[in-house]
Amino acid sequence: MTILTFFITFAVFLAVSIGAAWGFRAVATTLTRGTMQRALRTAPLTACFGMLVILIYLIIALLAPVIAPFPERAVIGSQFMPWSSTHWLGTDALGRDMFSRMIYGTRNTVGIAFATTALAFLIGSVLGLLAATVGGWLDQGLSRLVDVLMAIPSLIFALLLLTIFGTSILTLIVVIAVIDSTRVFRLSRAVAEGVVVMDYIEAARLRGEGLWYLITREILPNVTAPLVAEFGLRFCFVFLSISALSFLGLGIQPPTADWGSMVRENATLITFGDITPLLPAGAIALLTVAVNFVVDWQLYRASGLKE
Amino acid sequence: MAHVWRMIAQRLGLGLLTLFVVSVIIFGATELLPGDFAQAVLGQAATPEAVAAIRRELDLDQPVVVRYTNWLFGVLQGDFGTSLAQRGRPVSDMILSRLGNTFFLAIYAAAMAVPLALTLGILVALWRNSLFDRVANSTALSAISFPEFFVAYILIFVLAQGGYFPSMARMPASADLGEKLYRAFLPALTLTLVVTAHMMRMTRAAIINLLSSPYIEMARLKGMRPSRVIVHHALPNAIAPIANVVALNLAYLITGVVVVEVVFVYPGLGQLMVDSVSRRDIPVVQAIALIFAAAYVLLNLAADVISTLSNPRLMHRK
Repeated sequence: MTILTFFITFAVFLAVSIGAAWGFRAVATTLTRGTMQRALRTAPLTACFGMLVILIYLIIALLAPVIAPFPERAVIGSQFMPWSSTHWLGTDALGRDMFSRMIYGTRNTVGIAFATTALAFLIGSVLGLLAATVGGWLDQGLSRLVDVLMAIPSLIFALLLLTIFGTSILTLIVVIAVIDSTRVFRLSRAVAEGVVVMDYIEAARLRGEGLWYLITREILPNVTAPLVAEFGLRFCFVFLSISALSFLGLGIQPPTADWGSMVRENATLITFGDITPLLPAGAIALLTVAVNFVVDWQLYRASGLKE
Repeated sequence: MAHVWRMIAQRLGLGLLTLFVVSVIIFGATELLPGDFAQAVLGQAATPEAVAAIRRELDLDQPVVVRYTNWLFGVLQGDFGTSLAQRGRPVSDMILSRLGNTFFLAIYAAAMAVPLALTLGILVALWRNSLFDRVANSTALSAISFPEFFVAYILIFVLAQGGYFPSMARMPASADLGEKLYRAFLPALTLTLVVTAHMMRMTRAAIINLLSSPYIEMARLKGMRPSRVIVHHALPNAIAPIANVVALNLAYLITGVVVVEVVFVYPGLGQLMVDSVSRRDIPVVQAIALIFAAAYVLLNLAADVISTLSNPRLMHRK
């Protein structure tokens, strides 16, 4: 019985999202002009769906205090109240409004994941480009260091570092960013390696340009495309590992509303047949799927691949 | 044959070197903390006696090289030191009973995932660009994007709610194999679903890559059946990439195991590690991190060796 309702809900969800994606493409193509419009018109429905979801998440994250009916941390009822017209998704283990916490969670979870990815990219790409441009012992040293760091599974490494530094949002961001920057380093170094041997780099070197100019003006513009796609993929990985850590109780700490820890706090409800704790987990899954869809489309466009 | 053995010995040596450096990192990470580790773990309000006790326990008054050497020789003899949270209990004691459980779960999941993923991957490559391929691919892409705990709770909601399987995977020592398989089914299924998606996509890519080579076209032009082309011509050459795919994903299982064990309250290493992290029980975390990292390095090593052995060009080098 539960299996049947599960599949029916899934089918309805699928139909609604296909419709929404189609509508989004129709609206977006009328609002845009030029190359943008052409790109959107040829975009597959999955990519449109992805863009729509990302847009909705952004709006919710920016307008969280306006949308949420109750404050993030206020206890406003008894614990585990069922769904009703005042508390749309009921209340959690402490009697806080689930719906409001979901809304604030968008801001906290996505914001922290975004900040972490940005930091990882800053560290990874700067070091990667430096290693490729300078070469020699710096390149060797950094590359071997990254090799060794990547020999430890990232979640295990994160757990080890969190034991040592304790769990707070700042350490979480730094630890995950440092671990993930090794992957960014690998990619940006590999891509820049191919650019550094070009004649125009040689010409710039002979002109007497400095290292900073070489990296920012000559190399960076030629490696942005793969790095942007990588940013999307990295964001997914970072988002998932932060959620996993929060779920394990080691990431974002209460009372900050966060999807991973909301699942953990309310998990007991699932065994009673209540799907509320699945919603934050579903919100995580939906965003990662959306980003993956858009990245897939961008990679396809960038490669010019036609099967 | 001699150079093959030399190659394997070389790889093993390299693996051991990697493991050594990894152990240095895992042990040395405590040194990253500015100031005194004992003080930092216990917080500002700690009594001087408690701080002194931890210092004594971790030999913090010794230089780091001496501590590391002692630790490493202990580890090589199966002695991981004593736990901080549970005073005086040997870490190896806490780990040993759980190590078997974690390996059981990982092997259980692998035994389901590997055949399933390879079959699906080959089928999808065979019928590529068909409806089946599209559906399988977008399902796999979505499954990869799901957090493990989401998959786990959906399974609990759908399968444990109906009363088909237990949602708590308690593993009493007295249970026989059938009972254990039944109790660990949901955790193993979760891991299978997560890993299969990765493995299937990578198998598909590996086989499609091969299918574009000229000798496959030749076999097709001879009028050979597509299934025979795949099984007799493509598959032997796909062993190397597929072995890589399998090893990579088994390595991925190591990370997945942590979250899944917590969801199902499965008494394995991952759960012990998570508990120890929140208690800041550093000897236990170091020991488990070393075990997981060693498994990870060894799996990657195995993939390397297998892919070399399956390649005639590397086996019979001129």
